[in-house]
Amino acid sequence: MTQDKKLLRIEKLFLYFNSRQGDVQAVDGVDFALDYNRAVVILGESGCGKSSLAKAILRLLPRNVSKYSGKVMLEGSDTMALDDEEYRLNVRWVGMSMVPQAAMNALNPVLRVGDQVAEPAMIHLGVNKEKALLQAKNMFQHVGVPEGFLNRYAFELSGGMRQRVAIAMALVTSPNLIILDEPTSALDVLTQANIFNVLKRTKKELGTSYILITHDIATSSELADDVAVMYAGQIVEYADAPRFFAEPLHPYSKALMASVPTLRGKKVLDFIEGQPPSLINLPERCRFAPRCHARFDKCEQDPPTIEKDGRKVKCWLYT
Amino acid sequence: MSVEVKELSTDRVHSDHSDALLSVQELRVWFELRRFGLGHAGYVHAVDGVSFDLGHGEAIAVVGESGCGKSTLMKTILALHQPTKGEIVFDGKKLSELDSNEMKWYRSQVGYVQQDPYGALAPFMNVRKILEEPLIIGGVKSKEEREQRVRNDMEEVKLHPVEDYWDKYPHMLSGGQQQRVVIARAMTMEPKLLVADEPVSMLDASVRVEILKLFQGLQQKYNLSVIYITHDLATVSYFSERIFVMYAGRIAEKARVDPLLQNPLHPYTHALLQGTSDPDARNALSYKEVPTGEPPSLITPPPGCRFHPRCSKAMQGLCEVKEPPDFEPEPGHLVACWLYEK
Amino acid sequence: MTALKNSIRDLLRYPSAILGSVIILLLLAVSVYALVTIPYGEAVRLWRGGEEVWYQNPKYAAPAWFNYFSNKKQPVSFAVNTTDGSMAKTITPSSDPNISTVDITYSFDYAYDGVPQELMIYFTSQFIEKFSFVSVSWITPDGRTIRIADMVADHKLTFRFSQDQKLQKRLKTEDVMQAIFVDPESSTQAPLKGQYQLVINGTAFEKDATIDAEFVLHGELFGAAGTDKYRRDLLLPLLYGTPIALAFGLLAALGTSLLTMVIAATGTWYGGWLDELIQRITEVNLVLPFLAILIMVGTFFSRSIWLMLGVTILLSIFSGSIKTYRSIFMQSKESSYIEAARAYGASSSRIIFSYLIPRMIPLLIPALVSSVPSFVFLEASLAVLGLGDPVLPTWGKVINDAWADGALWQGRYYWVLEPAILLMITGFGFALLGFALDRIFNPRLREI
Repeated sequence: MTQDKKLLRIEKLFLYFNSRQGDVQAVDGVDFALDYNRAVVILGESGCGKSSLAKAILRLLPRNVSKYSGKVMLEGSDTMALDDEEYRLNVRWVGMSMVPQAAMNALNPVLRVGDQVAEPAMIHLGVNKEKALLQAKNMFQHVGVPEGFLNRYAFELSGGMRQRVAIAMALVTSPNLIILDEPTSALDVLTQANIFNVLKRTKKELGTSYILITHDIATSSELADDVAVMYAGQIVEYADAPRFFAEPLHPYSKALMASVPTLRGKKVLDFIEGQPPSLINLPERCRFAPRCHARFDKCEQDPPTIEKDGRKVKCWLYT
Repeated sequence: MSVEVKELSTDRVHSDHSDALLSVQELRVWFELRRFGLGHAGYVHAVDGVSFDLGHGEAIAVVGESGCGKSTLMKTILALHQPTKGEIVFDGKKLSELDSNEMKWYRSQVGYVQQDPYGALAPFMNVRKILEEPLIIGGVKSKEEREQRVRNDMEEVKLHPVEDYWDKYPHMLSGGQQQRVVIARAMTMEPKLLVADEPVSMLDASVRVEILKLFQGLQQKYNLSVIYITHDLATVSYFSERIFVMYAGRIAEKARVDPLLQNPLHPYTHALLQGTSDPDARNALSYKEVPTGEPPSLITPPPGCRFHPRCSKAMQGLCEVKEPPDFEPEPGHLVACWLYEK
Repeated sequence: MTALKNSIRDLLRYPSAILGSVIILLLLAVSVYALVTIPYGEAVRLWRGGEEVWYQNPKYAAPAWFNYFSNKKQPVSFAVNTTDGSMAKTITPSSDPNISTVDITYSFDYAYDGVPQELMIYFTSQFIEKFSFVSVSWITPDGRTIRIADMVADHKLTFRFSQDQKLQKRLKTEDVMQAIFVDPESSTQAPLKGQYQLVINGTAFEKDATIDAEFVLHGELFGAAGTDKYRRDLLLPLLYGTPIALAFGLLAALGTSLLTMVIAATGTWYGGWLDELIQRITEVNLVLPFLAILIMVGTFFSRSIWLMLGVTILLSIFSGSIKTYRSIFMQSKESSYIEAARAYGASSSRIIFSYLIPRMIPLLIPALVSSVPSFVFLEASLAVLGLGDPVLPTWGKVINDAWADGALWQGRYYWVLEPAILLMITGFGFALLGFALDRIFNPRLREI
C-alpha cells in the first residue's frame, strides 16, 4: 500500500472535552485512511463520538477542549501542524469541507441562498462576487436546484432543497473531501433518495471523497465504499462495504445489523440490552464487553486492532 | 430477546362499520388561512377525504411523507383538532355528539405516544408525577390507588425496579427509558386505542427494536388497537397488519402488509418502496428512481388525482381531471388509481 | 430539591453572588432585629416624637463615631439618672424622721475640644404637701466649685443651665457653658479637660419623700446615627426602615412577577380576543406615567403604604415583561408535552398552572430579584416627594425631612447620607444577586 497516495490519513486522533465530572473522551485514538474518490461511512449511535470526530478532523473545536492531538494528513501534509489562521486559509473549505447536522437549519435566514453558497468561494478562492455566483450556479445545477433559486431566501425552500443548498455550499470550492454529518436524518424517504443520488453523481463526476457520519445503517449503504463502526470513541471495525454488509465481524456490528428491519426479506430482529457507556472515565477494557454476548475473560483488557484480509476489527475474538 | 415476524391469517377488513372500534368516515380537516388577522385567504386541506375502519386489537400503519396529512389525521383522532367535515365514530359513538364528560372518557380511551420522547415529558416533573397526571385528571382520587397504578404501569413497560426510576427527572433517563415512560403514560388509563407518531424514529437503532417489541407485547396482552404513523417502511412489516399510504391528504392505497410490500399497486407506493434502502452494499452502485417534483401544495391541490403531476403512468384526459375512487383489484387491497379501473 | 442544591452550588461560584447574598442576609438580620426589639406600635410612637420622648437628645447631632475621624473631638451627649442607678444617690436620714438629705453626685471625664450645647437636670420629687429643696454645684477638674442653683423642687422641675438667669447673673455672662467649662485664667476657648463633678444636695421634708434626678448633657454628637431636627435618634428610622424597605420591595416584586406571569400565560394560552385585550392594555399601560399616577393617588386619596403598594403592583403587572413572557409562552405552548397533556384531557387552567408556569419559574427568579431595588427606590422616592406613609419611619422619610430642613446647605451631610447609603447598599446587594442568578438560570432556558 503506497502511503502517500491516500487523500486522508488519520493517526491517533484524540479529542477530549472538559466537563464538571471529568474529561469526555469523545474521540479516543482513531486511525483510518481514505483514498481519493472513495466514500467511508462512520456508523454509530448517539453518544459514540462520531460528530466529535467530524469536528476533530475539521478543527471546529468548542472552547472546552482538554486534549486534541494526533495527525490529520490531508494529501500527505499534516494539518495539525498548522496554526489556526493557516488552517483556516488553506485547509478548511479548501481541502475539505463539511455539511453539518441539520444543515438546512444552518442557513442564514436573512441572506439569499445564492449569496451564501458563493461566500466560501469568495473567501477561500479569492474570486470576485460575479465569478463566485457563477460557481454557485454550477453547483446548484449539480445538486439539482433550479437556477432561479439563487435569489431566494432559505425560508422559501423546502427541507430537501435546503439540504441540497448546504451540499452545494460544501462543494463550491471544489474540495477533495466532504464530511457529511447526518445529511438526511430529518428528510423524507423520497427526498433522502434524491440527496443520495446527488451525492453519488457528485462523487462520480467531480471525484469527491466523502466521510458520511450517520446512525442510519440502511441508507448508509447507498454511498459507502468502506464502513467504519464507532463505539464509545473508538473505531471497532473497518471494512469495505460489500464484505461488511454481508458479514460484519465485531459483535457490536453484528448486533447493529441484526437490529435493522429490512423491507425485503424477513429476518429475526434483535436488540442490544443496556446502554452505551458514558464517555467520561472509561475503564481500561473492551468498551462493548458489558453488553457483549461473546465476552470472555480476555475482554477485561482493551483489545488491539487486528488486521485481517484488509479488514480491521478491534476484538479479542479475532486474535 | 428476538422478535418473531407476525403472520396474520384471518382477514380483518370490515365492510360494515358495526364491529369496528374506530370508524373514520369521509374525514376532512381544513385549516383556515387568515391574512393579517382579518379576511380569509383559503384553506390548507390537510386531510381531504379519508375513510377507514379499525377493528379491535388491530394494528395499522399510516405511511407517508411530510405534508401528506398523517399527523393531522392522527391529531384529529386524538381530538386535538376538530373535523371540518366527516365523522369519527369510536365504539359506536360519534365524536361530534359527545358532551364534555364523554369527551373526557374518550380521551382516556385513546393513548398518545409521541415522536420526541424528551419533549413529550415535562422536564420539571419526575416520572411518578408524570404518570400520575392522567390519573388525576381522569378522576382517580385515592393516592394509594394512583401509586399502585403507576407502579403497575412502570412494571408493564419494564422500568423496574420501580423505586429506581420514579424519582428521576426526564433528563436523567436515556432515550429508550424516556420513551417507555411516554408509553406507560399512554397506557395508564387503560385505553382501547393507541396512536403512536413515529415512536422510535428519534431513538438509536439498537433501542428501536426493543421499544417496538414492547408495543407488540402490550398490543397482544391488552388486545389494543394501534395506529402507527411512520415514514419508515422497513419497520411496518414487523409491527402492523395493514398499511395505509397517504398522499396529499388522501389515502392512496390500503392493504395488508405482505400484499402491499410485494405487490404495490399505486405508483406512489411503488416509488416509496423503491426509495427505501436495505443495508446492501450493491445500493452504492446504482441511482434510485425518484419521481420528479415535490408533494403538492395543500392550499390549492392539483385537480383530479393529486399525484398526477409526478406520476410516470398518468393517463392524459383522466388523471388530471377526475379524482379516482377506491378500486379493489384484489380482496382487501384498495387503491385510488385509475390504472385499476376495471 | 437536588435542583435547588445544584443551583446554590452554581451560585456560590460567583463572587458577586456571594457578596450580594451576604448583603441581603445582613439586611434581613437587621430587619429581624429591628422588628423584634422595637414592636410596631412602639416604633410609630417613637417616630411621632415629641418632647417627652426625645428630650434626652440634642438637635442636629452628628453620630458619635465622627470623633474617630477628626482631630477636634466634639462632645458626645449622654444622659444619666438616679432611677436606673447610672447616677449615684445616697439618702441620709436625720434625727427628724420627716427630714432626709439626698445626695446625688456624678463624676465624668470630659476630654473634648468643645463645650456642650446644653446641660439639663430633670428633678422628680415624690411628696404629698411639702416641697423639697435642692442645691446644685459644679466642681471643675482644677478644683473650683461653682454654685449652680438653689431651688425649691416641685413634683417635676426642669433646670436648664444655659437658660437660668440667676446663674447667668452669678457667672456674669450669658454663655453659661463657656463659663463652667473653660478655665477663666486661660486664653483659649477650649474647655478644661479632666474630671468634672456634678453635686446635688437635696432635702426632703416628709417621711417617704424622695428626690430623683436625671442629668442630661447635650453634646454635638449623639449615638450611632445622630439626631435630626426633632431630636429623634436616626438609628430608629434606619433600623426600622430596613424591614419596611425590604417588605415593600419584595412584596411588590413578588406580586408583580407572579401576576405578570399568570396574565401572560393565560392570554397566550387562550389566544384570540383575550390575548389581544391583554396586549392592548399592556401597550397603553407602558405609556402611562407611573410616578405621576402614584403622586395623584397619594395626593388625592391616602398616603398609606399599603395603598401605594397595591397601586404599584396594579400598574406594574401590565409591564413590558408581559411581552417577553408571551413570546416564551408561545414557544412552550407548542411543546410536545403540552400537546400530550391536551390529549389526555388536561383542562386549560391545569395546563396554565401546572405545565406552562412551572417551566418559566427559572426565568422568573432572576427577574424578581433584580426588580426588588427598583421598588425599594420607588418607595423612597415617594417619601422624598412628600408622599411617604405618614406614620412609618422609613429611609425616604429621613431624606425628605433632611431636604425640607435644608440639611445639605447647613452641612449636615450625615442626615442625608445615612439613608442614601443604605438605599444604595440594598440596591447593590439585590442587583448583584440578580445578575448572578440570571447567569445561572438563563442557559437552562435554551431548552425551551
